Amino acid sequence: MNNNTNYIGKPVNRVDGYAKVTGGAKYAADHHARGLCYGVVVSAGIAKGKILHIDTTEAMQLEGVFKIFTHENVSGLAWFNHSYKDMDAPPGKHFRYLQTDTITYSQQPVALVVAETFELARYAASLVKVTYKADAHVTNLTGNLDQARPPKGKKSGFKKPSSRGHFDKAFTAAPVTLDATYFHGAEHHNPMEMHATTVLYYKNGSITVYDKTQGILNTQSYVKSVFGLSGRKVKALSPFVGGAFGSGLRPQYQLFMAVLASLELKRSVKVMLTRQQMFSLGFRPITQQSLSIGSMEDGSLQAIKHEAVSGTSQFEDYVENIVNWSGMLYHCKNVKQSYQLVSLDTYTPLDMRAPGAVTGMFGLECAMDELAYKLNIDPLELRYINYSVEDGSMKKPYSSKALRDCYQQAAERFGWSQRNPEPRSMKNGHLLTGWGMATGMWDAMTVPARAKATFTADGRLTVGSATADIGTGTYTIMTQIAAETLGLPMDNVTFQLGDASLPYAYLEGGSATAASVGTAVQKACMQVRERLLDLAKDIPDSPFKGLSVAQVSFADGMMFMTETPANFIHLKDIMTLTDTGEINVTSTPLPNVFKQMKYAKNTHAAVFVEVQVDEELGAVKVTRVVSAVAAGRILNPKTARSQIMGGIVWGISGALHEESVLDHQFGRFINHNYAEYHIPVNLDINDIDVIFVEEQDDVVNPMGIKGVGEIGQVGVAAAIANAIYHATGKRIRELPITLDKLL
Amino acid sequence: MDQVAASVMVDQPTHTITLTVNKITYELKVLPWVTLLDAIREYIELPGTKKGCDHGQCGACTVLVNGKRINSCLTLAVMKNGADITTIEGVAEDGVLHPLQQAFIDHDAFQCGYCTPGQICSAIGLINEGKATTREEIQELMSGNLCRCGAYPNIVAAVQQVNGKL
Ligand code: FES
Ligand code: FES
Repeated sequence: MNNNTNYIGKPVNRVDGYAKVTGGAKYAADHHARGLCYGVVVSAGIAKGKILHIDTTEAMQLEGVFKIFTHENVSGLAWFNHSYKDMDAPPGKHFRYLQTDTITYSQQPVALVVAETFELARYAASLVKVTYKADAHVTNLTGNLDQARPPKGKKSGFKKPSSRGHFDKAFTAAPVTLDATYFHGAEHHNPMEMHATTVLYYKNGSITVYDKTQGILNTQSYVKSVFGLSGRKVKALSPFVGGAFGSGLRPQYQLFMAVLASLELKRSVKVMLTRQQMFSLGFRPITQQSLSIGSMEDGSLQAIKHEAVSGTSQFEDYVENIVNWSGMLYHCKNVKQSYQLVSLDTYTPLDMRAPGAVTGMFGLECAMDELAYKLNIDPLELRYINYSVEDGSMKKPYSSKALRDCYQQAAERFGWSQRNPEPRSMKNGHLLTGWGMATGMWDAMTVPARAKATFTADGRLTVGSATADIGTGTYTIMTQIAAETLGLPMDNVTFQLGDASLPYAYLEGGSATAASVGTAVQKACMQVRERLLDLAKDIPDSPFKGLSVAQVSFADGMMFMTETPANFIHLKDIMTLTDTGEINVTSTPLPNVFKQMKYAKNTHAAVFVEVQVDEELGAVKVTRVVSAVAAGRILNPKTARSQIMGGIVWGISGALHEESVLDHQFGRFINHNYAEYHIPVNLDINDIDVIFVEEQDDVVNPMGIKGVGEIGQVGVAAAIANAIYHATGKRIRELPITLDKLL
Repeated sequence: MDQVAASVMVDQPTHTITLTVNKITYELKVLPWVTLLDAIREYIELPGTKKGCDHGQCGACTVLVNGKRINSCLTLAVMKNGADITTIEGVAEDGVLHPLQQAFIDHDAFQCGYCTPGQICSAIGLINEGKATTREEIQELMSGNLCRCGAYPNIVAAVQQVNGKL
């Protein structure tokens, strides 16, 4: 056997690459229909108060304006709060668009103008006059820390902070201590594709919804429950998503608006938010965190206290795991943690790439660097001294943890051993060079997912699951898994996603898709294998009679006996000889919970960066990044590397560029456009070197997949802040580290 | 000649213009406020060109007009009457990918793919300009095209592979 159908672990090109480079990939706003009309949203100009009056007269006089939806004319929608709950909703009272005269946050949508063309809708929207009675608003977290309170209710994935031992006693007794407070403001996801929905309306009253989402079932169920529609009436699709990073985890209001207008006007409707309105969606919460660490002179940690306060909205309690990492990463007996919220007059924050970890690990890994300097110990050495083989918060060993190898390989590639620890020791005129490092950590999660597979007599396999590909490579890796499992060329395999009629998959988020959907896909293909073997046994004189599925292998379009590969049969022949048209299966993998319960399951990374700081201008350039990642089995090093690289770019962005600036006078994010909300451009990104340290892990799932969507970003901001300290001798504890902070 | 009409009554005269897009000439009746981007996407119905900001800040809408790259969201359709336009749909010829398209696939120069039409059109424009020779020049001259997925190093690698070889 040649076995040309081994794909797992190979750097194959994206299967959707052709569509993406030719303009053939259709995103939510790329659909057309006869009589399609356009909706433009009017956003509130105040942060808190009441709408006194909405004057739509002038706008409605324009020919071609069909309707203007406001709270005054929207009715008949779902009554109960739970109808507005979505798969990622935090506990609270979920927002109902256009159903109240109360303004709860700046840029709250207050009207939807629907017209024959986009230009006309936009113009008409500018003629809608809203008068408000403004109330005093509160958007300042740091000025309201006295309002901090524990979060209410539960959100999926949230782990309560857990303390252990006796922090106070141990901290007081520790010979070396550190106290530091860190802060970052809000960040908005800002995927390149602005949130958009196109609803196609059919004469029989059914609709097809093209939505920008990370979970098409979330879209469909929201539409069903809010508008009281049956599943048969709502087809929901999202084959291509122009990035999301968390912004597609909840149904965003353009979905509501487009469906509302379509059902009412009985027309097809397209609604795309403006870039400005992308700042009216959820965001990474504004967070202040404090760390107190006590250690012995030899660097061994005695006590860690990690406390964080984040902002949330007035109506939902968004929570994320910020402080928990401090109880997991290092060996330390005495840990104290607390996590609190302050309600602000903003929209509810929302999971944004590596939510919680990006924040918490920034604090923890900067604090470790500060401690290293106090102790006069190399920062990497300090990590080795406190290396932990178990998750101390749960007292469980890791299912696998190759972090030590990550440290070693990345440090060697980077040349860390050459580092002079002295700040400002690498100076060349007005340019200061600095080296810093940090650790990254994220969860290796599995979420519920099913898949179906159809194998047809022409030798083609179609596999599907209602998951998403937001740029992560889902299409590609699922095709690899399916093709290899059945031993088919990838060209003969099609993977479908982003369709609510496909078998259940949870939201694409948290780096859980490769592991979860991947397992379901593999299992479905294993079921096809069994069926093929059963069929083959029916063929007269079949050599396969009496064999179990464990005794046969699949490759190059054939099934063969593993022991004696000369006994083989083409899969197509199995189908023809048994007169079988197609094989259909659906898989529902169940994780081995008993096995998994005994372990902590995480991904790790070690990231080393070099920065160059222009002392006269304060400008920082990240000249080099080396990141070694331990994330179980890597299905496709090409797409996985892109994920990690993207995460690193996000880390650079968070460290140096990104911040949604709140003007507390207006309670509004004022830099709400791509010119003033800075993200890295091409010239900002230099050498990025990604190393995968593969781990064998049969606990997480049968294929040992841990996921790579988030881990690349975690720790990067800390490594940069630490490198900037090394370059300049300045400890900046507030992100982003803009030039004003360095002058 | 394909006819695309937009009939909206506002106090503005519509203009009849012709645009040649990917070698097909379209006659359009548009109001002066229609951007070239929306004319291409919503009137001619070629949605490959993307909108990422509508304000000239992201480059997602980059198309080639008479061989030069421009932000189509910052251009009114009426200003380009008679122009020869290439969008991402017209970059491959007869189903054969342009070397840059193949390089983007081979280098995994995209993730979500939303910025990609603009990146590719921009890179073709850059190569036509013939100004960029070094890696850093390519980076600088591709900096008008944002990629939120952070595919920059791969984009540069793809452009480098093709630059100077056309
Ligand atoms: S859409 Fe034209 S530059 Fe952003
Ligand atoms: S590939 Fe997603 S924005 Fe560039």
